Order: sequence, then structure tokens, then C-alpha cells
Amino acid sequence: MAEAKKRKSGRRGSWKKEMTNKELYVKAFVDAFEVEESVLPGLEYTGIPAWDSVGHMNLVAMLEDAFDIMMDTDDIIDFNSFEKGMELLKDHYNVEF
Amino acid sequence: MWNFKEYGEKTAIIDDAGNMVSYSELEDFGEEIAQKVGRRCVVFSLCTNTIGSVAGYASFMNHRIVPVMLNAHLETELLEHLIQVYHPAYIWTPDENREFFAGMESVFSRYGYQLLKTGFETDYELYPELGLLLTTSGSTGSPKFVRQSYRNVESNARSIVEYLELDDTERPISTLPMNYTYGLSIINSHFFVGATLLMTEKTLMQKEFWKFFREQEATSFGGVPYTYEILDKLRFYRMELPSLRYSTQAGGKLSVELHKKFAENAFANQRKFIVMYGQCEATARMGYLPAEYAVQKIGSMGIAIPGGTLSIIDVNGKEIQETQVTGELIYEGPNVTLGYAECREDLAKGDERGGRLETGDMAQKDEDGFFYIVGRKKRFLKIYGNRINLDELDRLIKSKFDFMECASSGVDDHLYIFVTDERQVEPVKDFVVEKTGFNHAAIRVIKIDEIPKNDAGKVLYKKLTAYYS
Repeated sequence: MAEAKKRKSGRRGSWKKEMTNKELYVKAFVDAFEVEESVLPGLEYTGIPAWDSVGHMNLVAMLEDAFDIMMDTDDIIDFNSFEKGMELLKDHYNVEF
Repeated sequence: MWNFKEYGEKTAIIDDAGNMVSYSELEDFGEEIAQKVGRRCVVFSLCTNTIGSVAGYASFMNHRIVPVMLNAHLETELLEHLIQVYHPAYIWTPDENREFFAGMESVFSRYGYQLLKTGFETDYELYPELGLLLTTSGSTGSPKFVRQSYRNVESNARSIVEYLELDDTERPISTLPMNYTYGLSIINSHFFVGATLLMTEKTLMQKEFWKFFREQEATSFGGVPYTYEILDKLRFYRMELPSLRYSTQAGGKLSVELHKKFAENAFANQRKFIVMYGQCEATARMGYLPAEYAVQKIGSMGIAIPGGTLSIIDVNGKEIQETQVTGELIYEGPNVTLGYAECREDLAKGDERGGRLETGDMAQKDEDGFFYIVGRKKRFLKIYGNRINLDELDRLIKSKFDFMECASSGVDDHLYIFVTDERQVEPVKDFVVEKTGFNHAAIRVIKIDEIPKNDAGKVLYKKLTAYYS
């Protein structure tokens, strides 16, 4: 499934260019869960009501969009915390933070 | 209800920590807890997908103690209200909820659950055939329950056993809450054949769920439309799941696109994909689309389950015989429930439906006798498989925000609430999320200048559709 791990060649929107990867990552969480940035460090799956399976699907869709990637099933189900997500993006999708 | 002795040392339940309970252990546990309760009375069962929750429920049913099936994560204010309205004699709760009931005495504990004595000593009349009580939806704060009889549960479970061809080699994995009628029907039917339930609180979005699935060789699961959207996103089609025999779908209409994908995928893997139709008011199931028609009859919810009949009536109540003509879907069968309860006095009531249910769904049938749901008579939506009555929701919102107007509308999985005060957009959303427990992504609150109404003051909901269609 190497092709899924490559970045899609789609053009990034201008707002994305001005943001660092960390900012894009944080923005996806803030938008998906409608929470303050301050709650994110240490946050785990089901740690807040908004991060349930519905919220998780939305979060993944937003991250895929933000970084022009397609996440693998194994990574989607392994993604169980704010920090774990960064690790997965870094290790499997070449997103540097 | 169930004869657990018959299955002896067979495993009844396995959880994701590897704990196992045999049928004979379940039988003994039932004797023990029934003795503690000591009489026929109402018990609030705070449900989770765990051994303690299932064992408690099964024991209450087997010993004619009436469980009220509630989500263990129910909003506390609503739970307190329900306790005041129904005066349960006991509460069967997970250990971690213990502190919420600080004033109550724990008289028994097992499997991570405790039996709490509420202090309500005065018993009230319970209709002899009343088996259990279930909520109809995610909840809009109303204390309305569906009254299901022992006969309802048994007839529906046996019908499911028949059309799904269940036997004691089945190992269904939990994907739905057991206080939800569809999830409960899976437990009920499998206990009649001595199968093994795989219970987990993990969701499809967690690695641990799939590890449990593979290690314990799950043979089936059920899902609402949203479950199948998640599976689609997870590219279920590529997963290696050799133990899986079939999956079922209910709790709302699946999109034609997903129905096709899952039916074709099942066919290619020699598995079954079974679309079903039901309501809590009919215990659980009323219709199913036999797997051999899953690809051919996409979009159909099928035919009546064994023991039941489906028909369509026009506005005058006359049966429609013609095909492709829309009318209200009527179901008749032994699983049509007794009626509703809105307070403890209602629990003395007998059968108010006489085996006939007006479903509130508008349907058509085709030339082969397969039914298709095409709309709804009443104003309700299904949000992630949970029914929500929009009129009740409007009343709930107005009870808190009584200084402004509001009206709700929408399509399944997308609830739209219209308000006339910009400053209340966020508070209304937070309020509805808190009360219903729905993920906020399902809810949009929109400010409009005024709620459209006709001369008689009736809200014109049709006009609101312009904002979301």
C-alpha cells in the first residue's frame, strides 16, 4: 500500500502554506472537536465527548485534507491520542513537526 | 425466558480482557442476584457492553424482575429525573458510577457491577406480562419508555434465530449499545441458541476492537448506517476477517451506494449482508432483506420476518394492494409491544396495541412483494441510528430558551436547529449536545430572522429545508 502513504499531488490552499505543520495539525483538532487548543496536549480518544467514533472520522478527514494524504486503516485505528497522531504522521506520511 | 442450564459449561460471554462466563455460571449468578432483589420490581440497569451488564440483564429477565435499560453514560440530570418518576427499587450500575449514587446502599456486587438499594420501598402495580422497558431514542429528556412483554422478546428473538439461521457456533461481537433495541436483540436471540457473545466497549475506530474480533473469531456484527460509513472509511473491503459469516444493518436507511458496496463485497467473500427493518415499538425487528436478494433488491428493506405481516394503508386506513403506491407501513405480529409508559403508574397498563403497529414510515412495495421505505409520516430523524422526535426536541429547547423562537428540521444524521437570536446559537448547540449525547458534528444551529409560519401560526417546516438541501 505504498501509494497510500505518498502525498497526493493536490495543490495546497494558500492558507495552508502560511501555517506550520504543527499549526495545521492543531487546527484540525480544534475544528473537528470545537475545543480550545489548550485541552489538546495529552488528549486521548474518548477523552472528551466530541472525540468518539464520529469525531474520529471527521478528524481523520480533516487531517487527510490538511496534509494531502490518505491514511491507512491500521493508522486510523492506531491513532488514539493527540501525540500518537503526530507520531503516525511523522513516521508513515513524512510530515515533519 | 432462557434456559441457561441446557448449555451447561458452554461459554456464554467473553469480554475483551479475556474474562469468560459459562451458561451454568450465568444461571447460578441469576439465582443469587434474584435472591438479593427478592421480588418482582423495577431495576434501573445502567448498560455497558460488559459481562456485568449482560449478566444482570439476563438474570432480571429470567427472574421476572423488570429492568429499565439505560445508557450508563446518561446525562445525570435526566437520570435523576427518571429515578424520581419511576422509583426503581434497585439500580444495577458499573462500579465507576458508584459515587453518583453516594446515598444508596450496595447490597451485592459482581463482574464490576453493583446492586444499589434506592430506598424506594413502596411497590406499585406491574402488569404481569411486562418484561422490560426501553427508551425510544437518544432521548430528549422525556421519561417515555416502550413497554415490552416477555412474549414480545421471545417471539422476536426466535424469529431472528429462524431467519438468520443462528446456532450455538455463532460469536457475535458487540458494536451497538445493549440499551439500544437493535443491540439488545442480538443478545436476546443468541441466548436462545447457546451462542457466545463477544462483549467490548471498544469501538470500530480502535485497534483493540479489531484485535478482539480476530483473536476471538467473531462471526457477525450489526451496524446502523453510520457504522457502515465508518467501515467504508476504514476500507473494510480490504480487511482480512476469515471468521466473519455475516453482518446486519438496521437503524435507518443505508445509502444505495453503501448498500451496493457491502452487498457485493459480502457476496464476493461468501458472506451474507442482511439489511433489516425495525423499531423499538416492535421489540426490534419487523422486516429483513434475505441475503440472496441483497444485490438484486438494493434500497429495499425486504419482507416481513417469520411470524409477522407487513402491509401498506392509504389515508383512509384502507389497504393498498397496488405496487409502487405510497402509504403508511403497518406491521402485525406477536412482537408488537404493549405500548408506552410515561410514569410508574403506566406500568400497570396492559396491551394497548393488540399486535398491530402503525410504523409512521411511508412505504411502497414492488411486484415481488419487497418493501421500500420512502419517507416518514411524523417529524423525526435518525441520528447515528437513534430516533429523535423533532417536536419533542423543539419543546425541550424552548423549555430552556423560552425567550426566543426555535424550530428543528433536517435529514438523517444531520440535525438543523433554527433560532432567532444570534447570541443563542452556541448555547443551543451545547445544550442539545449535552441533552442528546449526539456528537456535535451532527448538529447545526442557524440564526434566521424569523421562523416561517402560516396564518394559523403553524411552523412551515418545508420552507426551512431551503437552508440545507
